[in-house]
Amino acid sequence: MREVVRFPAAEARPPEEEVLRLQGITDGASLPARVRPALDSAFGLFEELAAPVGLVEDLAPGEFPAIYEGEGANAPNTPLPEIVERAAGLALYAATVGDAVGRRIGELFTEQEVVVGYLLDAVASAAADRLSDLLAEHFSDRLVAGGVDPDRAKVLPYSPGYCGWEVSGQRRLFARLRPEEIGIHLNPSCLMTPLKSVSGVLVGGTADTHRFRPDFPFCAACVTRECGRRMAAVRR
Amino acid sequence: MDPMESLAAALQRGDDAAVREHTREAIGLGRAPAAILNQGLLAGMGVVGEQFRTHQIFLPEVLLAARAMYAGLDVLQPLLERDNVPMLGKVVIGTIRGDLHDIGKNLVGIMLRGAGFEVIDLGKDVPPERFVDAAVEAGASVIGMSALLTTTMVGMKEVVATLEARRCRGQIKTIVGGAPVSAEFAREIGADDYAFDAASAVTRVKALLGVA
Repeated sequence: MREVVRFPAAEARPPEEEVLRLQGITDGASLPARVRPALDSAFGLFEELAAPVGLVEDLAPGEFPAIYEGEGANAPNTPLPEIVERAAGLALYAATVGDAVGRRIGELFTEQEVVVGYLLDAVASAAADRLSDLLAEHFSDRLVAGGVDPDRAKVLPYSPGYCGWEVSGQRRLFARLRPEEIGIHLNPSCLMTPLKSVSGVLVGGTADTHRFRPDFPFCAACVTRECGRRMAAVRR
Repeated sequence: MDPMESLAAALQRGDDAAVREHTREAIGLGRAPAAILNQGLLAGMGVVGEQFRTHQIFLPEVLLAARAMYAGLDVLQPLLERDNVPMLGKVVIGTIRGDLHDIGKNLVGIMLRGAGFEVIDLGKDVPPERFVDAAVEAGASVIGMSALLTTTMVGMKEVVATLEARRCRGQIKTIVGGAPVSAEFAREIGADDYAFDAASAVTRVKALLGVA
């Protein structure tokens, strides 16, 4: 099944605490009052300009290894093949907040409105990640509707560029998914445009399906350290 | 309060209207443009930069101060040009060919300007030879390159090689940064330095040029 899913901008709007977390404002610390007007402007611009859309297409388990292999540049040992082996369902996905937001960010920097520009970039980045989560929920609902037990329909997105899946893997993913249908393109460097876009594979399974020990060689260089939060999220 | 102190304080608050007003006031009092720049605007940004480096304030607050500094510079710039007031140095920056991410590079540019450098921003998707051409043309001392992808960071090596081929590697230093870039990678490709983030880019560029 292949499905285009459109979201209202308000639904793709990320929670404020997520945007603040990207600024290092965590653990109950509050936003400095003088930054509040700029953050409100950034959220307002996002809702005005974003046109969030996603694409999900079911993937047979046997198709995944060839896509994952990419151009042979993945880390030698990675967690995703074993996670996929334990999966109850797979789908490729891509999503974008659209190109108007990115254009406005560039204009804001040109106009020296750097605070709003920077915060709009942070809002859009968090929104792109939120689109991954929204599509994961969507795919989970579809698995359950198809008869999969809800405990086996806990879905997490995995993307090229993370956890040893080299970013050049985007080429095979794009060749199979063809997200140009929703306006997402890949440049020769494997960079998606619009910039605020996401892609990868949605993996459905139990909470344990997604479990791995983050002690792979590439984990040492990881700057996001998101895996613990993600694994905890599917346990809830 | 001394007008320079008022100016620096307004800048630290990110109050662009007050910065504009205090800059005009200082000019009206006959203060030298170089003094207004160094003792007012750059002094204020220096405090802000230090507060950010020591985690007392967050990046959006630094950007508020930067915006306020631009407001002051808009008033001061014609006088700085008239008096030929030298900046700390010229730095060419850009995001390497194939890469369209430019927020990090923009932040580096803002921080460098706030520290008193003249910044020539080539934008994004910049071919290696363009970095070198621009640096030679402008008489820049440093080229700063940013990459957000493992597929594009290799272009940084071409910039270093082009500098080598044109025999200007000693006069023009290179500094690299971006999520997949590391100090080890910088050493591997022969770059002169690596900056972890925008704040450290200022410190590293100053170190490269031997300025305090």
